[in-house]
Amino acid sequence: MTIQFKPDETFRDDFRYSNSDAAVLRFPFPFPEDAYMYSVNIEPHVPGGATPAFDNPFDVDEHYVAECRERAQVLEQDPSRCKVLPHMMAAQWDTLELLMESLATSYPAHFTLTREGTSWTWENRPLGIRDSFTFGDASTLPLPPFEYITRQAQGDFTLQDQRDDNLFIDAGMVTTQADWSLDFDVGMSFHQWHGPVPLAHQKGVFDRALKFLLRLQYGAPVRRLNWTMTVNPRLDTSPENYPQWGPDRTTLTAENIGQKLHLRVELQSLFRLPRSNAILFGIRCYLCSIEDLARVELWGKRLHRVLRDLHPEIADYKGTTRFREMAVAYLAPFDDGAELPAGTAPRQSTLPPAALPVER
Amino acid sequence: MTARPRIMALRVAAAIPLSPTLKAFTFIPADGGLVPPSGPGAHLRLNLPVPGRTLKNAYSLISNPQDRSHHSIIVRRVAGSKGGSAFLHEEVQDGDVIEAGLPANLFPVVRTARRHLMVSGGIGLTPFLAYIAAFEAAGTPWELHHFCRPDERSVFEGLLARYPASKVNIHCDVDLAVLEEVLARQPLGTHFYTCGPALLMDSAIERAAALGWPRSRLHSESFGGAAEGGEPFIAVLRRSGLEVMVGADTSLLAAIEAAGVEAPCLCRGGACGQCLIEVAEGIPEHRDHFLDGEERASNRLIMTCVSRSRTARLVLDL
Repeated sequence: MTIQFKPDETFRDDFRYSNSDAAVLRFPFPFPEDAYMYSVNIEPHVPGGATPAFDNPFDVDEHYVAECRERAQVLEQDPSRCKVLPHMMAAQWDTLELLMESLATSYPAHFTLTREGTSWTWENRPLGIRDSFTFGDASTLPLPPFEYITRQAQGDFTLQDQRDDNLFIDAGMVTTQADWSLDFDVGMSFHQWHGPVPLAHQKGVFDRALKFLLRLQYGAPVRRLNWTMTVNPRLDTSPENYPQWGPDRTTLTAENIGQKLHLRVELQSLFRLPRSNAILFGIRCYLCSIEDLARVELWGKRLHRVLRDLHPEIADYKGTTRFREMAVAYLAPFDDGAELPAGTAPRQSTLPPAALPVER
Repeated sequence: MTARPRIMALRVAAAIPLSPTLKAFTFIPADGGLVPPSGPGAHLRLNLPVPGRTLKNAYSLISNPQDRSHHSIIVRRVAGSKGGSAFLHEEVQDGDVIEAGLPANLFPVVRTARRHLMVSGGIGLTPFLAYIAAFEAAGTPWELHHFCRPDERSVFEGLLARYPASKVNIHCDVDLAVLEEVLARQPLGTHFYTCGPALLMDSAIERAAALGWPRSRLHSESFGGAAEGGEPFIAVLRRSGLEVMVGADTSLLAAIEAAGVEAPCLCRGGACGQCLIEVAEGIPEHRDHFLDGEERASNRLIMTCVSRSRTARLVLDL
């Protein structure tokens, strides 16, 4: 399959970003029910799901080239977004191997991996990269293996080392994050880095998730969806850059909220890495304006209900307090209150030019 | 949606006797290509077709080649075993194809350790052959104490011949007292690993603990890990009116699915809680991470993906 990339998109300043109709329809919409609450919503990461976003281990879409350029820009301004502790070298090679193999298998038109023993050649045609190197010898690559390959992938990545019956976030490439800092969290244990999340600790979500992940097996990756909302299609909503994006929330009006407010969904995947026994955590970020989401009838109605009834602590933690009512008011005219089927598949194959208000 | 355990077909590239009871096997992929990658401490679970059943025996990988050209194990022929080691020693020849699960690792190296101290007994050396290769490649300090019978000393010396004599210590006496001094002189930041007969592992761990080693620095090999399978039982699905036989190697959930009944599930690992079903009769054997103590004790709920039955019949509200 050949993907038509949109290399001129931007995720800052003039925000030249949009989703094609096909990109809207493949959005990994995260709400199977009308109400949202934390749960251990983990499922096997096998090909296939509600939309084509779930078809491959690592999803590549029309924003790939622009997202890789945005990552390079963030790293240039702030190299601390990529950190790898010294004991993670085996996990770095694991990551490179997994990403190269997966991308070359999923998208042969765009990526090619050629191997003779430990002599590898990697071709990334969308980014114009071709490198030959010795697998296992970091001096033969232009960058350390983890940074080298995650600069060529969409979404953030962290590496969790497993020891003392716990997981430690000991490496990461984090430039498209929903307000958390790798520089702050690096080296933390599982419960430490999840410390700020409300309600879920009391529900035992993290205890269960940790026990599950400690037994995660090679060859049996899992995934879950997480979500928040972002004003403007901005990938880098980091604590480090809060002064640049925090004020965006004050710019929303009833007139512009449909275009400016984006549902931000993270398709999170977890892979046991075979050489290091570490876990690779992929956080693939998707942005879609609520105006576009409402063009999918089921999604517009459901998003309205989820936001309307959201637990106040979750609403606050996700940073939606200031604009939630305005977003609910924007979506209300598209929701007739009819009962909706469970699940997240769009249930339509084309999109109307704009969502139409419905009779209540 | 189901994630089934992947099975690979391996061809025996070499089967070389090392001693009357030790045999080394090298496997390559039956269909060409590369074997899956692995790390130090990983094992392979081989499917061994012995008369009447298939044994799933786990063997430590003795190396983790960067180029993924092969997998290697060493098998001791165990007198009076269930038959797996005898099968490998007597029946399996060069060129034969054997099925195996993907490599799994329940005995990984601690990557933050500044130094690694290993104590093995007999065939328990095998995971440490992979460890030592990794330590040598990374330049991490290590020390090995291997205990074996005098008649096998030369075999193990041969396996370790390429490494500096100063790091390799082979003992042919049964007394572990020599470890006292070894354990006492290790610098802070050392991790201790042991693999071999249970008696040796327990004794070595006890000595270390008595000398004040923190438990989190003491590691022993165990193929137990995630419990799979168990005693067969019958699940009675009350609503569907079906009786489902749950075999020794099948999960309750898989047996229900095989019977054509749709059962809720998500993670298939005992964590998410989706597959929770009410138990009407019988006593579950809980293996999940989801139920709390009170719920377990009530015996009224079961997570079908990992848990089984303590009673011959388990009646479910499904």
